[in-house]
Amino acid sequence: MVFRAIVVSAALLVSASAAYARDARSEAKSQVEFGIRMAQNQLWKEAAYRWQKAVDIDPTYAAAWNNLAIAYEQQGDFENAAKAYEKAVELEPDNLMIRQNYDLFKEINDRTKRRNDR
Amino acid sequence: MTARSAATIASLVVLCGSLACTSFYEIPIETPIQPKMDVSGFSRVLVAGFLGGGTDDVDANLETVRLLRSQLRSKSSLRVVEAEVLPLAELAAKQGQAAGDSNGVAASPGGAADGQQSTAQASTHELRIQNEKDLERFQSIFADVAFWKKLGEEYQNPLIVTGTVLFTPHRDAGMVMQEREWYDQFGRRRVTPVRTYMERKGFILTPKFIFIDGRTGATLYSEQFREEVLYNAQQNTPALSTYFELMDKLIPSFLNALSTQKIRGTRVLLK
Repeated sequence: MVFRAIVVSAALLVSASAAYARDARSEAKSQVEFGIRMAQNQLWKEAAYRWQKAVDIDPTYAAAWNNLAIAYEQQGDFENAAKAYEKAVELEPDNLMIRQNYDLFKEINDRTKRRNDR
Repeated sequence: MTARSAATIASLVVLCGSLACTSFYEIPIETPIQPKMDVSGFSRVLVAGFLGGGTDDVDANLETVRLLRSQLRSKSSLRVVEAEVLPLAELAAKQGQAAGDSNGVAASPGGAADGQQSTAQASTHELRIQNEKDLERFQSIFADVAFWKKLGEEYQNPLIVTGTVLFTPHRDAGMVMQEREWYDQFGRRRVTPVRTYMERKGFILTPKFIFIDGRTGATLYSEQFREEVLYNAQQNTPALSTYFELMDKLIPSFLNALSTQKIRGTRVLLK
């Protein structure tokens, strides 16, 4: 009897957390979509705000980290851009688009670093 | 439904599915690169002159001053001071003589007039700069704080841009990859890479830009570059156009010392 109760409550817990994750992702996704519209209108600060909000809601959302990195890059904040790209790559190492963005960023970042070190 | 139409529909479904899963938007971005120097204390810039040499085909001093002034006029917020181009080698030679005569009294930065006087003293051979070693004889002028301070006072304390520019002819021979065009038996054009021995000639450009504070005469920042280009030995490219081709590659880095530069590119936003 006790065992059955434990199994039932565990199942409820798992389904509740899955539903919560789904909700978090869909909420984060709406922030990401809004951010994309802002970026397309060159409103990068607003876009960055939305994508930051998206990763706060769902820190496992690789696309949101990727977009946030691009926003940082556009604003010249290379340190935070690098951190955001690294997070995106860590979450989705096989995503070629994230890799391509990161490689392009690294090329500029490395060149700037080399010049500053000179 | 035929097997062919079924396959078409299936592939369309797969394509639509994959597009729905991977929504992406290509977006142009401009990455700002912060300037290497803080020039907020200056409202004017004086491109004074350069120790130039390497070839007689191009007056490296004059051309560099002209090019940098025109670039700064259109791509920086500083006002460009229009002044005579300093014959820096002559002034440095004169300064060397003065130092020999009276223990290091700086030469007057009075410009071309003084330079013309000194030309009489220093022979053309002595002023000829062909390589790095020749440059070394004149380099001490950049460390002469009194000279640059005096020049700064003459032009209301601007940021002074000076340095060295070596533009030397270069020859090279060796194996290079070339594309050979041919037509196959069906008349189709084919291109195959082939290794060929080739003699090439061109130029090496090694400028060093030095930024001096006109208020104190002290060097704020300096940066050296190296660019080279080689053409087929039969090709006849004027030295001046090669000079501009090579300088074009360096100008963004030069401007980035003073002002924010933007690198254009595209990134992919994901949903």
